[in-house]
Amino acid sequence: MEENLNYKPKIGVYVCHCGINIGSVVDVPAVVEFASKLPGVAVSREYTYMCSDPGQNLIKEDIKNENLNRVIVASCSPRMHEPTFRKTLKEAGLNPYFLEMANIREQVSWVHPDRDEATAKASKLIEAAVAKALLLEALEEKEVDVIPSCLVIGAGIAGIQASLDIADAGFKVYLVEKTPSVGGHMAQLDKTFPTLDCSACILTPKMVDVANHPNIELMTYSQLEEISGYVGNFKAKIRKKARYVDFHKCTGCGVCAENCRLAGRVPNEFDELIGMRGAIYLPFPQAVPAKYTIDPKRCLQLSKGKCGKEGPACVAVCGPGAVNFEQEDEMVEIEIGTVIVASGYDVFPMEKKPEYGWKENENVLTGLEFERLVSASGPTGGKPILGRDKKGEGGYEPKKVAFIHCVGSRDKSVGNEYCSRVCCMYLAKQAHLIRDKLPDAEINVFYMDVRAFGKGFEEFYDRVRREGVRYVRGNPSEIYKKSGEEGDHTMVIKVEDTLTSTPLEYEADLVVLGVGLEPRKDIREIIDLFKLSQSTDGFFLEAHPKLRPVDTASDGVFLAGCCQGPKDIPDTVAQAKGAASSALILMAYGKVKVEAQVSVVSPDECRGCGFCVEVCPFGAIELVDENRMGNIVKVAFVNEALCKGCGSCAAACLSGAIQPRSFKDEQILPQIAVLGVRP
Amino acid sequence: MSEEFEPNIVAFLCNWCSYAGADLAGTSRTQYLPNIKIIRVMCSGRVNPLFLLNALQQGADGVLISGCHPGDCHYLEGNFYARRRFMLMHKLLEHVGVDPGRVNMSWVSASEGVKFKDVIEEVVTSVKEAGPMDQFRRRQLNW
Repeated sequence: MEENLNYKPKIGVYVCHCGINIGSVVDVPAVVEFASKLPGVAVSREYTYMCSDPGQNLIKEDIKNENLNRVIVASCSPRMHEPTFRKTLKEAGLNPYFLEMANIREQVSWVHPDRDEATAKASKLIEAAVAKALLLEALEEKEVDVIPSCLVIGAGIAGIQASLDIADAGFKVYLVEKTPSVGGHMAQLDKTFPTLDCSACILTPKMVDVANHPNIELMTYSQLEEISGYVGNFKAKIRKKARYVDFHKCTGCGVCAENCRLAGRVPNEFDELIGMRGAIYLPFPQAVPAKYTIDPKRCLQLSKGKCGKEGPACVAVCGPGAVNFEQEDEMVEIEIGTVIVASGYDVFPMEKKPEYGWKENENVLTGLEFERLVSASGPTGGKPILGRDKKGEGGYEPKKVAFIHCVGSRDKSVGNEYCSRVCCMYLAKQAHLIRDKLPDAEINVFYMDVRAFGKGFEEFYDRVRREGVRYVRGNPSEIYKKSGEEGDHTMVIKVEDTLTSTPLEYEADLVVLGVGLEPRKDIREIIDLFKLSQSTDGFFLEAHPKLRPVDTASDGVFLAGCCQGPKDIPDTVAQAKGAASSALILMAYGKVKVEAQVSVVSPDECRGCGFCVEVCPFGAIELVDENRMGNIVKVAFVNEALCKGCGSCAAACLSGAIQPRSFKDEQILPQIAVLGVRP
Repeated sequence: MSEEFEPNIVAFLCNWCSYAGADLAGTSRTQYLPNIKIIRVMCSGRVNPLFLLNALQQGADGVLISGCHPGDCHYLEGNFYARRRFMLMHKLLEHVGVDPGRVNMSWVSASEGVKFKDVIEEVVTSVKEAGPMDQFRRRQLNW
């Protein structure tokens, strides 16, 4: 092997103890000794922490003093520290792509407890790394410009905060929201725990800000349909759905909605379907933009082609003449440098837990329905009244209220093992709101554990208990109606008090279910667009659980808010600011390094069949004419800006003419040759 | 045989899902069998069928290709190519008399550390059943 090289290899092998993470299992001195005898190895050393400053200096000194031309670091996963050691090589004046890593922590010491087996495997992996390193080539890193604009998907509090931060820093933001108004789930909430701030009061100023900010282009009732390109240079296609109301003419006066023939007859999504709207509607009074939208599925004119004898009332009463049934969806194409995904969550679907009787009983509410019930902008104007008729009259005030913790969270039977983090506190807040509005009500809270971990949470929980809210430790098995009699709203809650091991039955005429948070039902749309990964709980997977919580595996795409996992408002805002800062780093610097490990064609070997062109997922390869001694032939040509280095072309190539740099056949085959041999 | 046969298996894992899944298995200290030796490629679509042949030729008793779940490929469709090539290669090898249990493919995502361990156990069991691979081995000829 060595004799076929056009240079004299001088390889440095550095074996890391990683404290005791590697050293306690792998016999590091034996591995170092083994490595020193491998072909081309000039230096073989060990150190406690190779990634530390002294560790890196060790490598740098050797590169300078021993004229090393290839470096092997045997330590953790290259997914962890490859960038670190590339930088080390670069600082010592060696091409950073002359580095190869052997993963002897994640693949050896952490998974194989037997010292002999672990040591043997570590040695093998290092031998394979050396075999590959002999054939590594110097690569050039290129920089491309970053388009100074950001696409933010979702205009809940996460998307709003991220947009405002980026826009305030002077960069352009396109904020895309699926529903007619910005605000997201936070706009639906009545009060926020533990401070009891009015949710709408703290949110609406920010909603107005995103709509008015000169650097933000707000696209509500719109959806991202296509995304292409790469970090710094994305192209996106956005569908602006037809509102059937002229955005510029509508003044938001609301006369149309009052006169709609279906006014008060269509369940309002914003009110979690417990309140009503018309076919032309504003989801809630503070909606931004304050422009009306026609629901094409419900509108008689649009769905049936006919609305009353006199034609649509909304058209007749609209002074500015904004209603336009001919409006069509509009496609907008934009170019952006960075993307923030803030697509939010859904609450746990109660259909999965029929034993709690949510579907059959209108006095069994989810936490979010309860928020609308007690919200001043909700269907009852904030009064906790249940059982009203269609005209909004009658109804009763509950006398006994029950709150149930952990509905759809920490529950393997419904597939959600995780804690949703917000339910303990929102139920405590809701119990407080009931105590506030109905001082004489009996309030029971059924819990598994109370997790009051945040700032001011424990104090708030304590306050609620002192207000006469009884906490019963037990997870109800069943909730059902006591009798079939009309006017009897009593529900029975069957529960075992787990502190005394007593089976109990409680009665309540309002039951509030502390439903947890789930990934959005339409999460696949985003996954398919960006190729994001999901963690086991179904939320988006961050690039590193500790150190890169807002990054994704796709460069230039960042996460904010509950799409990454359940979190409360302060955590969401913090993460949104983090995502904004990550996007701003790229845009403020204005340049980004692009993949150096792209495919390269050896034109003399290429026969111009075009198989690589067909398999390339990014359209990065084309066939171009080449003059071969007077004959014009086709050969493949790689557009390096588009190539992402996956190597599909190389596996398809019949002659081996196209190869991804650093993963060429000639670099992988020696690895196979080492690892294939049975020990 | 006095000692139990311990097969040697070469695995090709894509950088974004399966290699990350293997890393997660490590981070979560999920123990698995040391028979497997991993080669990192950027995408399972990079795995040239030649690699499988070559590994068996060098003396590996089995091979594994693992990539992102179908539809989740970091490079959009590389794992589909990998699957098609694998199916063809699998059939071809079976046709020439190689035990199909030696040639394996799986989908392991970045969050499936435990699944990775399960895959390794299945593959090792299946290769063990197939026994030592000597069919392709290059022999030193004694003239």
